[in-house]
Amino acid sequence: MSGKFSEIWVYLSASPLLGLTVTLLAYQAAYWIYARAKMNPLLNPVALSVAMLVALLWFTGTPYPTYFEGAQFVHFLLGPATVALAVPLYANLDTLKRNLLPLGGALLAGSVTAVLSAVAIGWALGASRETLLSLAPKSVTTPIAMGIAEKLGGLPSLTAVLVVTTGIVGAVLARGTLNLLRVEDPAVRGFAVGIAAHGIGTARAFQVSETMGAFAGLGMGLNGMATAFLFPVLVTLWGG
Amino acid sequence: MLAALTLLLVYQLVGEVLVQLLGLPVPGPVVGMLLLFVSLILRGRAPQRLRATSNALLSHLSLLFVPAGVGVMLHFERLGAEWLPIVVALVASTVITIGVAALVMRALQR
Repeated sequence: MSGKFSEIWVYLSASPLLGLTVTLLAYQAAYWIYARAKMNPLLNPVALSVAMLVALLWFTGTPYPTYFEGAQFVHFLLGPATVALAVPLYANLDTLKRNLLPLGGALLAGSVTAVLSAVAIGWALGASRETLLSLAPKSVTTPIAMGIAEKLGGLPSLTAVLVVTTGIVGAVLARGTLNLLRVEDPAVRGFAVGIAAHGIGTARAFQVSETMGAFAGLGMGLNGMATAFLFPVLVTLWGG
Repeated sequence: MLAALTLLLVYQLVGEVLVQLLGLPVPGPVVGMLLLFVSLILRGRAPQRLRATSNALLSHLSLLFVPAGVGVMLHFERLGAEWLPIVVALVASTVITIGVAALVMRALQR
């Protein structure tokens, strides 16, 4: 009997079906737990499913490239999803036009601060160059951040993990930070969270209010674009 | 659904081609996003089918990060060696960024 099972295992582990299926199953299980925990940001479904899948691969001794042969079909959709971010951005065009100066100023300041403060602190504490390049786009939504890291010599998979962690940190700490600074306007609160903590921060902002969520989504989309264009300039200045 | 998905892929493709042709340091899909954004502004509205497909794709956005996230297993050694700068940089930078963005926006609103 166990001979039959290992035959099936050998057959399945050579096909992309298994990697793809376990990815979808793990995510849905993680999402279910997250929803049951009233969307507690500490139980972020991405972090949770990654943990489950890493444990699974580790227990079965499956190398990452074998898993990725199946998971690449999900991974591929990051490209069209990035393009699709133009649609919600366009939906907020009127808000954008009406608040051009405050939004533009906050975007520029936030975008540069996110990259420079992360790199400066990491560098001061002795992180390697590759780690710094992977860390720099951490506040940008994952598909864009991974593209940036890949383009400039960081490690895209490390960036993905750092981006998700940043989102969770932002979602947990935003409220305290903004209260401490006595920022009350939900538009300002949302936009700042979207810039610093991308999609995960945006999801959190939508739980607070519609306005805060809309501005967070705007901040996420604009910061993705701004960082993609600013980052190469910063790297060149740094002596890339 | 199919037409809108094709449209997204066409914009991505054009973005990738432009990046290669002009040697841009920006990811291809970002250029595709910018082109689509400009197209929508010129057109004056977003077609219903494009909105529906984009919403469907973006509502499952978190799922799309999972395969790359699992790649963390390739970096355990690096994370073990550099966890302190990574954690401090990540937490401090995120809090600072929220604060700076919020204060600048509030100052410019007045």
